[in-house]
Parts: sequence; structure tokens; C-alpha cells
Amino acid sequence: MPKKLTALRTPMRRLAVVGVAGVTALSLASCAQSQRGNDAGQGKVGGTMTFGAEGAPKLFDPFYATDGATFRISRQIMEGLVGFEPGTAKATPELAEKWSSSPDGKVWTFTLREGVKFHDNTDFNAEAVCFNFNRWYNQKGAGQSEAVSQYWVNNFGGFSDGKDPSLFKSCTAKDPKTAVVELTATTSKFPDVLGLPSFSMQSPTAMRKFNADDVKAQGDSFVYNEYALKNPTGTGPFKFVNYDTANNSIELARFDGYRADKAKLDKLIFKIIPDETARKQALQTGDIDGYDYPAPADWAQLKSQGFNVAIRPAFNIMYLGFTQKTNAKIKDVRVRQAIAHAINREQLVKSQLPEGAVVATQFIPDTVDGYNPDVKKIEYSTAKAKQLLAEAGASDLTVNFYWPSEVTRPYMPNPKDIYGAIAADLQAAGIKINVTTKPWNGGYLTDVDQAKADLFLLGWTGDYNTVDNFVGTFFGTPGNRFYTAGAPWGEKLAADLKKADAEPNKAARDQLYKGLNKQIMEEYLPGVPLSHSPPALVLKKDIKGLVPSPLTAEEFGPVSKG
Amino acid sequence: MLRFTVRRLIQLVGVVAVLSLLLFAWLRSLPGGPVSALLGERGTEESRARLTAELGLDQPVITQYFKFIGRALSGDFGTSTGVQPGTPAMDIFLERFPATLELSIFAIVLAVAFGIPLGYLAAKRRGGWLDNVGVVGSLVGVAVPVFFLAFLLKYVFAVNLQWLPSYGRQADALEATRVTGFFVLDGLLTQEWDAAWDAFVHLLLPGVALATIPFAVIFRITRAAVLDVLDEDYVRTAESKGLTLQTIRTRHVVRNAMLPVVTTIGLQTGALLAGAVLTEKVFAYPGLGEALAISFERRDYPVLQMVILMAALVYVVINLVVDLSYALIDPRIRTR
Repeated sequence: MPKKLTALRTPMRRLAVVGVAGVTALSLASCAQSQRGNDAGQGKVGGTMTFGAEGAPKLFDPFYATDGATFRISRQIMEGLVGFEPGTAKATPELAEKWSSSPDGKVWTFTLREGVKFHDNTDFNAEAVCFNFNRWYNQKGAGQSEAVSQYWVNNFGGFSDGKDPSLFKSCTAKDPKTAVVELTATTSKFPDVLGLPSFSMQSPTAMRKFNADDVKAQGDSFVYNEYALKNPTGTGPFKFVNYDTANNSIELARFDGYRADKAKLDKLIFKIIPDETARKQALQTGDIDGYDYPAPADWAQLKSQGFNVAIRPAFNIMYLGFTQKTNAKIKDVRVRQAIAHAINREQLVKSQLPEGAVVATQFIPDTVDGYNPDVKKIEYSTAKAKQLLAEAGASDLTVNFYWPSEVTRPYMPNPKDIYGAIAADLQAAGIKINVTTKPWNGGYLTDVDQAKADLFLLGWTGDYNTVDNFVGTFFGTPGNRFYTAGAPWGEKLAADLKKADAEPNKAARDQLYKGLNKQIMEEYLPGVPLSHSPPALVLKKDIKGLVPSPLTAEEFGPVSKG
Repeated sequence: MLRFTVRRLIQLVGVVAVLSLLLFAWLRSLPGGPVSALLGERGTEESRARLTAELGLDQPVITQYFKFIGRALSGDFGTSTGVQPGTPAMDIFLERFPATLELSIFAIVLAVAFGIPLGYLAAKRRGGWLDNVGVVGSLVGVAVPVFFLAFLLKYVFAVNLQWLPSYGRQADALEATRVTGFFVLDGLLTQEWDAAWDAFVHLLLPGVALATIPFAVIFRITRAAVLDVLDEDYVRTAESKGLTLQTIRTRHVVRNAMLPVVTTIGLQTGALLAGAVLTEKVFAYPGLGEALAISFERRDYPVLQMVILMAALVYVVINLVVDLSYALIDPRIRTR
């Protein structure tokens, strides 16, 4: 990808030196200015930060993405109506200044910030907001595939062609700073869901120009357009410059027209280094300034070498799932309780999970509204487990236990060791185990979904702060991977979760969820919640201003180097 | 000569066709697959089935294969789902092939530059210290796994001593101009000396790691071949004819000894990709080897197919070139 005329390059560099001196002087001046009235303006302005990413982004249009590698980048380029308070999962106004809803929670009025520009210098206004909503709603063909528009399908349902019902009804631009969004139902996830990177506001002009909606299914995969691959345009503190695929790096630069405090860094580079050890060594040699997901086993070493291991608040869950389909004994709640009692979760968390991990008492972390502190704890007792098994006539219990290889997840850093610890506990309670290991993408998920495993290890990282995002995902439809439809209460639980989700009054809704969380744990027990375990990122000491986010939604705008 | 070449080319097409079918069927018999990789934790049995149908993965393998061939003939080899999602597999290949080629050429040049002279010298001074050191050294070279050596080199020279870069092809800050995709060459062509030097420095560690096995093999074959030839009657005849030592060496010994060495170089070059998978992964060097490793992990069928097929094609072509060069070195082969 030639960037400039080659023959000019060397002389250009000499000129650039002079230029840089000038820019430095300017930026120093602007730094001094911005610090005057603003505490947040500390930290050096200028410089380039290189951050090691574990994978290549799928593309740069977050609406079509589900992968963390894409979101990490699009979060710097784009913003949503709703954002999250740094370091928390609490929804906060971003491009919307404020919002209000009708009493039934179906009509939402967003008041927008004024004077906001997209990177292509077009205006952000209510018309742009509705353009985005209508674009999502009017996807055609391959654009409707769950692998393409997954967050829309999971959160809003169908599209304008009406094949499946949709949560979205309409968007009206009342005036340039007021957008009204109408929904077809009441749901707890609104408006928090708009904080997801997939629902970021993108420039209508740029999307039209580069055919943003052109997606085709072709062979084993999908083909995307010029917009998604090369021209993402948002309102964020950084703008997209270039993806050098030959050198595996993505370059962003400060957007000088940003609506608030401008980014401190001149340049932000994401370098793709898929190998974990290679990432660590690149940091140690000083080639990169930080990277995501250091293995918990490396935390101590990295700290002792003077790096800053920034631990995110845990916003995830790891659980041991039961499949209520093939093994008749598992359908007996006493057997499921016995398994829960047999596992020493305190020990598991202490010995297998990183610093900051805690035992889970229910399927959501305690930061989610609707968490019930009064859920009866399942204590570790091999004797109790044996007794329950005997009562259920299942003292000879044999289970098919699946664990995934070739994978680490933020909530599950070392599946093999976690399996080992749990298996030893179960065997101590007299349970026999048929173990199966399969690669995560090489049959594990498929087998679990086909009910081949009686017990399986899996988890979830929350997208936003609602019970529905966790528990609703797990048990909200009867056809889930726990096969709760096979249990007498499966349909009821799904219906109750829907009812709670549709409750417009927040206090009443939280109360409903508290009740359900208790019921799930004390009556149904469709799985054993094991732990909430914090993922980390690691940074050089001279990188300042990065706030670790439970949603892995770190913003690099306020970050400075040196 | 022409008929010989044409016959070999036809064989080549057959080999690639059979191989592509086998590869296609093998990939699709693996458990899991791209659907799993695309949906992750969010998948359900239902959404999985729907997506499988959308992608046409529920059709018989042979139908899928002919569709694939149909598209491939029009230049469409599918789009990556895991390595660089959204990018055509062909583009990924075209971008990464120069990277691997650059590394491989560097490695093979290293191996030849050291292997042949040292092998020749070792044979000439058979039993001397150079010979002994060379033989033991080459044994170690063959025996040590490439990835282990790669780790070792990286740990010592990049992490501990910090003399050389630990990963990648080039520092990002350089913003080098790209012309051919061969970074060292690009730097030379555009006279961006710092960029060329930086790319060269990035080649050193992976290049040395990758060169050890071919070096060891070339050294041993050269040594054995030269020893063989030195014992031949014609060398004695030449000596008794009173030819100068210089003439005997260049005309008779080296030329005849080169035949097995050339074969070896060809085979080793083809086999470099296997070593490159591991070396490139260790050094996060964005070449075909790294693409192969990642695409397997993430079940990126289009990229897997592309890379394996192209690697096979390259291997077959190298063999063809070796055979043709035989014909040049040894005229008897042409007439057969």
C-alpha cells in the first residue's frame, strides 16, 4: 500500500523534522491551555502507543461484528447514544445528552448533543440517528444472518421484512437535536443495549458512499464492503487511518474535531500478535506498550518486572452446565444438588483462578441490578453429596463430562486445570466420569449444543448491566443449551424471565429478578455457577489514564504516554 | 526438452486436482467448523443449523466441492473467516506469500552459503577438526526441533540481550513504502535504507532458526557427494592426465557432486513451509505459516484451503524446476 511518492520520501523526512518541532510546540501550547480549566487534562500530549491485540478484527463496522478485536478498535473510532461510565457497567449519556421514556417504556426520546461532527466533517444530528436505526432495521439478505448482524438479532429480533417480530418500531427526527425511538414491547435492556459497540452511530454520508449495507454470503463465508473494511466513520476521539495487513497493524490518529477533550496520543496502533508468549515478549522487549489478556500465570512475573497489570472488575460468569436431555438421573434435582455440593468452589477459585476472582452464588455477578444477596449458599460437603445421591437412587452415577481444549476465555483461563479440580471433587463423592475433550471450535460447542455432554464447562461475559443479558441468554428460551425444556419448569422459567424483562418499573423489575435468581438456585439448579473471574490487561509504567472496564470497553482517548 | 516439460506440467495439474479434492473432503470431516467459530458462546442448536444452511455447509461434500471449483476458476477462493475475516483468501495469500518467500529465500541462502563450502571443505579435509565439528554440528542441527531453536534464539537475542526485534516484519513507526511485498527489496528499491535494514534485522532470528535444518542436510549431502566423487575413476584419470588441481575440482568434482546437492536444495526449499509454520508463529511473523496455524485454530476453511493448496503447488513447481535443472546439468536425462 504505497502511502506517498517514494522519491520524495527521504527529503520529506527532513522537512518532517522541522514540522514535528512546530507541531510539538503547538501541542505543548494547547496542552497548557487545556489544563487550565480541566483536571482531566493531565498527562503528556503526543506520541504513539502500540497495543498488542490477540486477533485480527473481523472488520471495522461494529454493526456486523461480535468479536472483541473489532470492538476494541471501533470503540475508539465511534460512539453510541449511550455509553458506560469508565470502570463500571453503568449506562451514561454519550452522544445523547439525556433521554426519557413514556410510562409504558415503549417510546424513548433522546436529546442529542449539539455541534458533534463525524470524522468526514458531516453533522451528527437526529436525522443521522434515525438513519442508523433504519439501516439496522432494513438489512436485507445476508445482512440478516445471525453471523453477520448477531447483536441486532439477539437484542432486537427481526427486520423490516417482518419475517420475525422486531423490538424496533420506528425512529423519528423531531428536530435536529431530538430523536424519538418507538419500540414494540417493553424491555429491561433499553436503553443500555445502545451502549453496545454494534449500535454505535456512524456517518450516513460515508455509509452511503461506500455501500455499507452490501454484504454477501459466498461459499463458506461472508463478503463485506469498502465501508466496513476501509472507511469506518464515527464521532470518536480517534479516526481510522490504515490497516496494514502485510504488517498486521492497524493505525488510528487523533481526531482534531472531537466534541470533548481531544485524544492525548497522536497515534494509536493496534498490533496483531496472536501468540500469547509472543505478546508477552514483545512487551518485555519494549516493542509494544501493552497488551490484552495476559495469562493469569504471568501476572506476578509481569508485575515484578515493573509492568502495570490492570485488573478489570469481573463482569462474567463461569458455570458447570447440566444437559437435561439424555441422562435421566441428571433430571432429578437432587442429583444436580449433589453435584453442586460435591464441588469445592472456594478451593477452585483460590487455586485455579486469578487474583480477584470470587465464587459465584448465582448466574450474575453482584454488580448487576437484580442480584439477590439472600440466595442460599450451596456449601461444599462430600457427605451431603453422597447422601443426596443415595436419596435419588443414583449412588452409581456416571456422567459424561466435557471440557474444551485449545481455548482460554476471559472467565476460564485454563479449562484443563479447572476440569481436573472439579473431576477430583466429583470422584471423591463417588461419581464416575466419562471425560471428553474437544477443541473449542473443533467440536466442543457443537457437541454441547447437541446434548452430548451431561456436564459441561462454559460461561459468559456480560454485554451490559441487565439480568436479562445473563440469565435471559441462558434460560430465556426453552431451546437453550441446558435443554431446560426437558424439565417440568423449563417453559415456566422462560415465561417468567420474559415477564420480568417486560416490566417497565425498574424497582418492580429488580424485585422480580431477585425472586427468579433465588428460584433458579434453590429450586431448579440448571447448572452450578462457579466463579466470576477478572480478566486483565498489562501496560508499561509510562502509560497513564487507561481505566480498566468490566465490559472490556476501555477508552484510549484519555490515555497518555511518558 | 519441450516434451519433457509439457509432460511434467500435465502431471502437475492432475496432482493439484486430486489433492484439492482430498483436502476439501478432509477439512469438512473435521468436527466443529466455521459455524462454531462464528457463533461462539451465543450459538444454539437452532442458530447453528440455520447458519450451516446459509453457508451451504449442509450440502453433500461433493456438491460443495464443485461449487468451490466453479468459483475458484473465476478467481474466487472464498473469504477468510478467522485469520483476517472479510479479506479474500487470495489476497491473504498474495500478501503473505512474499513474507514467507522472503524468509525462506533468506534461510535457504544462508543454508547454501554455509552448507556447500563447509561440506566441500569437510570432505577435502576428511577426518580433520573442521570435518568432525561439522558432522556433529549438523547432526545437532537436524535433531533440534525448529520451534525450540526459535524460542531459544528469541529468548537470548531478543528478550535478554535485546539486540534483535522479537516479532514481526518491520517496525510500524517507519511507515515504509510498499512495492513488491518483499520488505527488504522494497527498502532497496525505494532507497529507504532504514526500512530495508529494519526488515533485514527482523529476518535474522527467524531466518537462522529456519536455516538450521536445510543447512545441516545440505552440508552432509555435499560432504558425502564430494567424498563419493573424489573416489571416482575419472578423478584419478584426470589426476594422472596431469590436469591442475583447480581444473579437476571445478570441472569434475564439484560439477558431478552438485547433482544430489541440487535435489536436496529443492526438496529442502519445499519443506521450508513446514518449518515456517512454527518459526513464524514464534516470531509473530505475518507469513503463510502463521496464517496456516491461525486458520487451523479458528477453522478458517477458505484460508486453509488456499494456503495448503498453494503450498502444494509451490512444492510441485519446485520439484519441476529441480528436474529441469537436472536436465541442464546432466544431458543424459533430456534424452530419456
